[in-house]
Parts: sequence; C-alpha cells; structure tokens
Amino acid sequence: MIQLESITWHAGNFRLEDIGFSIPTGSYGVLMGRTGSGKTTLLEIICGLRRPSAGRVRIGDRDVTEDPPAMRGIGYVPQDGALFPTMTVREQLGFALQVRRRAAAEIAQRVDQLATELGLTALLDRLPHHLSGGERQRVALGRALAAQPKVLLLDEPLSAIDEELRDDLAALLRRVQREHGVTALHITHSRAEADLLADVIFRLADGRVVGTVK
Amino acid sequence: MTNRATRLSPFWSGLTLATALYLLFLLAMLGSLATYTTPAHLWAALGSREIRYSTGLSLVSATTSALLALLLAVPVGYLLSRAQFRGKSWLDAALDIPIVLPPMVVGMCLLTFFQTPVGKVIERAIPFTYAVPGIVLAQFVIGAAFAVRTMRNVFDHLSSRPEDVAMTLGCSRGQAAWLVTLPAARRGMLTAFSVAWARSLGEFGPILIFAGLTRLKTEVLPTSIFIELGAGHLEAAIAVSLLLVALALVVLVAVRILGERL
Repeated sequence: MIQLESITWHAGNFRLEDIGFSIPTGSYGVLMGRTGSGKTTLLEIICGLRRPSAGRVRIGDRDVTEDPPAMRGIGYVPQDGALFPTMTVREQLGFALQVRRRAAAEIAQRVDQLATELGLTALLDRLPHHLSGGERQRVALGRALAAQPKVLLLDEPLSAIDEELRDDLAALLRRVQREHGVTALHITHSRAEADLLADVIFRLADGRVVGTVK
Repeated sequence: MTNRATRLSPFWSGLTLATALYLLFLLAMLGSLATYTTPAHLWAALGSREIRYSTGLSLVSATTSALLALLLAVPVGYLLSRAQFRGKSWLDAALDIPIVLPPMVVGMCLLTFFQTPVGKVIERAIPFTYAVPGIVLAQFVIGAAFAVRTMRNVFDHLSSRPEDVAMTLGCSRGQAAWLVTLPAARRGMLTAFSVAWARSLGEFGPILIFAGLTRLKTEVLPTSIFIELGAGHLEAAIAVSLLLVALALVVLVAVRILGERL
C-alpha cells in the first residue's frame, strides 16, 4: 500500500496542499496531471528526496515520512531513466544488490533473471549512451526491481518512447507489476496511458488531488 | 557556418580574421623565442646543475600542489554545486580571492600569516617560509582556486538525478556521490588537475616573496628565468622559457589524449 495523508509542500509560489490518497497493496495506481502540476514533486516526496512541510507518507504498514530514501523499500524509475553514466547495463542491474553487499553469485543470478525478463540479455555489456530510449527505460525498470521493493514509482516512463514501442513497454510494465506483486504509482499526463494501465486513477490540479476515478 | 555563403559573409569573415590575427601573434611570439638562439647554446644552458635542479623541483612541486588542489577541489566543488545554503554566493566569491589578488600580494599574505602565532606553530612542525614546502603551498593557494572553479563547473554539468536514484537503491548521499558521480567526473578531475598543474608550474610572484630565490634550494623554473635574466644570461633565460613552453605543450597533449581514453 502507498498512502499519503495531508501532504503539504511549497516552494516560492508553488504549493501542494493537503494531498491524500491511497493505493491498495498490489494495485497499479496512476496519478494524472498537467506538466508543472507537481506530479514529480509528489513522487520525490514519496521517495524521500523532498521533505513535506506537513503530512505523512506510509508504505505498507510503515510510516516512512522520516526515513531516508535508502530505507523506504522503493524502486524509482525517473522520467529519463537517469542511468548511471559510467556503468554497463549489467552493473546498473546489479547496483542495488552490490550496495547491499550481497554475494557475487546471487548478484549474477539476479542480473541474469532480470535481463531475461526484460529482454536485456544482449545489452548487458553496453553503456547507457549506446542504448535507445526504450532500452534505457527497461534498464531503469530492472535496476529499480533488483532489490525486490514493495513499491514501484514510475515518472512518465512512456513519454520518451517511440509511439510504436509504447504499447509494448506499457504491457511490460503491467506484466512486471503483477508478476513481482509490487504496488505501483505511475505518473503521466496521458489519459490513454492511464486507461490502459490503471486499477485506480487520481488527478492532480491546482496543488490538490481533485478527483479519484475508475 | 553551414555553407559557403555563410562562410563568406562579412560577419564570419570578420570573426575569422580576428581569430587568425590573434593566433598569428601567439605563434610569432613563440617563434621569436624559439629562433632567438642556437640549439647548441640551449642544450648547454639546460645542462647546468642549477637548471636541472630547478626543473626537477618544478615538476615535483607542481605535481604535488596540483594533487593537493584536486583533493580540495572535489569536495568543495561538489558542495558548491549540489548544496543550497545561506551565504553560498559569499563563499563562492571568497574562494575566488586567490584568482583576483595580485600574485605578489598572495606571497605577502603567506609571509605575514606565518608570522602570526598560529603560523609559527605550523612552521615549527613544517618549515614553510623560504623553504621547499613554501613553494608547494604558494602554488597550491593559486592552483586550488582554479581547480575548485573547474570542479564546480564539472559537477554543475552532471545531472544529480542518477545520484537521487542511487539513494533510493540503498546508498547514503556520500555513497551515491562516490559510486555514481565521481566516476562520471573523472575527465573533469583530469582537467582540474592539469589546470592546477599548469598554474603551479608557471607561478612566480608568491614564490619569489614567500620562498625566496636561493639557488639549488628554492629555485623553480620561473625563478630561474628571473635569476638568469638578472645575471645577463639571456640564452639560459630563453632555454628555460622554451623548456616551460615544451612542458606546457606536453601536458596539453597528454591531457587531451588521456581525456579521450577515460
């Protein structure tokens, strides 16, 4: 479960006011809103990269509002993938386990498993600048899933993808979310994307969550 | 300039002419230095014991001070680039002080600092004034300011998003910087090192004031030029100048080649 309670955040004239919503465990939630409406800021608050001025963030049955990003048990896929520029695909996929000092054999096994699942096996020794937009997003997805997080946060993952590949990646996102049993929050400004993927849809406008649909 | 018509426009022709004249002037200056005397005289001058000593000391001190400058520039550049805090613009401006101060004044500041009680305590552990460590310190003060500026620009151009992701994957802020950003900044670190090294190699004013001009003790290549010129040995002064030009070119080319491989 991802639950926000009365989240408030402000910088200059921009405010997020009394934001609250809940995505049930194992569901695929989509948060819609126009560019500049604060969707990414909200995602960063859930990640722990920004601190709300008021309100609570709960993941599962835990209040993580005061926890650093590393302790929240989340997988984060930013808009452009934000791959690590000097690491190969193999190193990116193994990064979260490497940081946790897992055994080399376990890391290799997990990397192979994710590469097979996401169609990255032939790309394992490539650096990010030799990948297409769709390949980058799949690597970013695999990197986020490696440590088996409870929650997956996706920031416009389909926006930088060619149209003909968009449906394939959307199907992959849905399949991966179900198979891994993660609770997902996907942000987008596309109604079609939301209809295609969501179990539950929220809309963010004028600094508030104004409606819950589906 | 995308086509012939654009290339021939008065605007681009004017800019090209200005660039060509400037480059010609630079080459003429270097050419006049290189052709002023004969190779035999140059070799004889470079073979003297004093010049060999000052060459060795210049290379060792410039390398040491550039490494120290880089050690300081990486964390300070990162702080200035990534952190937001009150007084940041003042700190930013203060770190440029060694760049804007006249070099002689930097030397005077060093000299007077080591006359203060704190300076005297440091001097008891490591003697700086009129000693070799003083050369390294004088070079470091100037070189570090340039290295900090370079590293700040490097970090400004590297997105902080991958670091954010690394933190969600289990890293602390320090681990994220170490594992993700520093490897991506390696070319910038090489540039910062070479900028500091080149500044250190050519440093004269602060060394003259703070470390003095003792032959076979605190003599580096720029002070050799000053001493040889003062003694009327024009050929030796030219030989040392050409050596400095050659060293600068070697470093420029080496950094370019190494930078492409990194």
